Amino acid sequence: MSPFRRRIVGRGIPLPGNDIDTDRIIPARFLKSVTFEGLEQHVFADDRLQAPDHPFNEDRYQGASILVVGQNFGCGSSREHAPEALRRWGIRGIVGESFAEIFLGNCTALGIPCMSMDVEDSDWLMEAVTENPEKQIVLDVEKEEVIFDERAMPATIAHREQLLTGTWNATRVLLEAGDAIERVARGLPYLSEY
Amino acid sequence: MGETLLDKVWRAHTVKMLPSGQTQLFIGLHLVHEVTSPQAFQMLREAGLKVRLPERTFATIDHIVPTASQMRPFGDRLAEEMTVHLIRNCQEFDIRLFDLNSGRQGIVHVIGPELGLTQPGMTIACGDSHTSTHGALGALAFGIGTSQVRDVLATQCLAMAKPKLRQIRVEGRLARGVYAKDVILSIIQRLGVKGGVGYAYEYAGSTIEAMSMEERLTICNMSIEGGARAGYINPDATTFAYLKGRPFAPQGEAFNRAVAWWRSMATEPGATFDDIVTMDGRSVQPVVTWGINPGQSLGVGDRIPNPAEAPETDRAAWTEALTFMDFRPGRPIAGTRINVAFIGSCTNARLSDLRAAAEVARGRKVAGGVRALVVPGSQAVAAAAEAEGLHMIFREAGFEWRKAGCSLCLGMNEDKLKGREICASSSNRNFKGRQGSPTGRTLLMSPAMVAAAAITGEVSDVRELLR
Ligand code: SF4
Repeated sequence: MSPFRRRIVGRGIPLPGNDIDTDRIIPARFLKSVTFEGLEQHVFADDRLQAPDHPFNEDRYQGASILVVGQNFGCGSSREHAPEALRRWGIRGIVGESFAEIFLGNCTALGIPCMSMDVEDSDWLMEAVTENPEKQIVLDVEKEEVIFDERAMPATIAHREQLLTGTWNATRVLLEAGDAIERVARGLPYLSEY
Repeated sequence: MGETLLDKVWRAHTVKMLPSGQTQLFIGLHLVHEVTSPQAFQMLREAGLKVRLPERTFATIDHIVPTASQMRPFGDRLAEEMTVHLIRNCQEFDIRLFDLNSGRQGIVHVIGPELGLTQPGMTIACGDSHTSTHGALGALAFGIGTSQVRDVLATQCLAMAKPKLRQIRVEGRLARGVYAKDVILSIIQRLGVKGGVGYAYEYAGSTIEAMSMEERLTICNMSIEGGARAGYINPDATTFAYLKGRPFAPQGEAFNRAVAWWRSMATEPGATFDDIVTMDGRSVQPVVTWGINPGQSLGVGDRIPNPAEAPETDRAAWTEALTFMDFRPGRPIAGTRINVAFIGSCTNARLSDLRAAAEVARGRKVAGGVRALVVPGSQAVAAAAEAEGLHMIFREAGFEWRKAGCSLCLGMNEDKLKGREICASSSNRNFKGRQGSPTGRTLLMSPAMVAAAAITGEVSDVRELLR
């Protein structure tokens, strides 16, 4: 995949509902590992077991790469296993009404854009994708819009700059500060016995 | 115009502005645990990087430890493997680990304050969403993901946008039988689970000021359940008295100098906020959750709500919650039968929580058919509770007295709900599947309310059991 995230194009998978937490995206028992390997097999494990018609179970959404969600997606636990599980399943971008903050940051750190739209557009998209799962969604990070079925909708995107410039691995960016880090540390009373 | 603690701490820790518009923020204390760190250490290794300030990085093991016996090797092979990795990573990168044999092990958000590592005016990060807890001492504390754990390990910095600030003022004296847990659940019920997204919360007002440090920790702990990544309380005499003499707190003359600096970091009179919310502390009732997120709660005397009366946007969520819980609208929540009672977690497993629960349990018996367990937040809490005989009160009442860890808060060890069991729990999340059974059900409440439910076998108003 390109080192920049300007435009993501792919089929959608709709996941209706608000406040879907990261415990549901990946239940805690699958966190018992020192790597992220294999998480894709367990994405939404419990929800899928309880609802055989869960979108992640359905044939027509296999191979989709853009997840369509509701409000406050990814709330709760900070586990980066959640976006890792989605990414390893094949998700490359997420669009919905709103996102929980830690989850959103974790997605950016993996190069997964999360785009927010207003409620009408987001409800429309959820329905339209459900009816036309074979059609492609375009997440235009650069132009800040989402396009589906020739309808272009304005969207906001957090951390747009990092995604466009391929700098979502913050470690490299933060290391550039060099001595400035030491200078701040020296000014902090609690690091020198007050 | 006065400045807020958020303004001052943010400025003191700003390294520079990044091209993205975010701030490069220096992190003064980094806490690490076994679940969210192994991948970060591995990334560090692969990039050939070191831990920048190992002396400001501390680790413990909490999420996966068994609480019946903590003898190594653990029976659970995966838990043992994660433990071995944490120990090895701490050795390799020269990080201090509060291991099971240290006497200081415990839930990361319990031991930070307890050891005096958490101090006012600091920035703190941990790969865990309840890092907001540490704000109770007047620190700015953020939960982060694993990539950010790597960032902090390698650079001692985070790239972050400065949040907006909402002051939540709670005024008045709490009634008997009403605890900090009831206050924070009421706040979340009112502002919603996403009301705090983009904000930090400053808790203030006479109710908050009158709280002990342990009660304040309970309040700040659940900030994230209201969507706010950080929550804090301005440092005051209660904070300073709490810190005095703790192992990692400044000693002697340094302590006095520290107090002067800590005081100077507090929000000043006349400071402005992006939003202010006021609440009447006197009217807070003992709270119980009825749904599948911490905002779905009611007073113990109330009836389960009807989705038909929900605001349009919440109707589907209420219906989903009631279906999952198998609760009927209109029925009182009191009287709901429980199968399990859990007193524990980083929200409510400190000494004062155990005392409040023991006060209810003393001389009584856990109802037949109820499995009840008390899991202290840390080895130090366990020792202090045992020194005053709380463990005997619990045992005589029929509670299991366990070792320190996260336990049934998230069911990553042997402590799990089975099937459709209903658990009265002093933890912080009632998400579907949270307590280890995909279909298990959680009712959040204060530790004293959990004890009352354990004794009566059903959701009960603790005020009727207080003597
Ligand atoms: S007690 Fe629960 S909420 Fe707290 S750190 Fe452990 S698992 Fe997380």
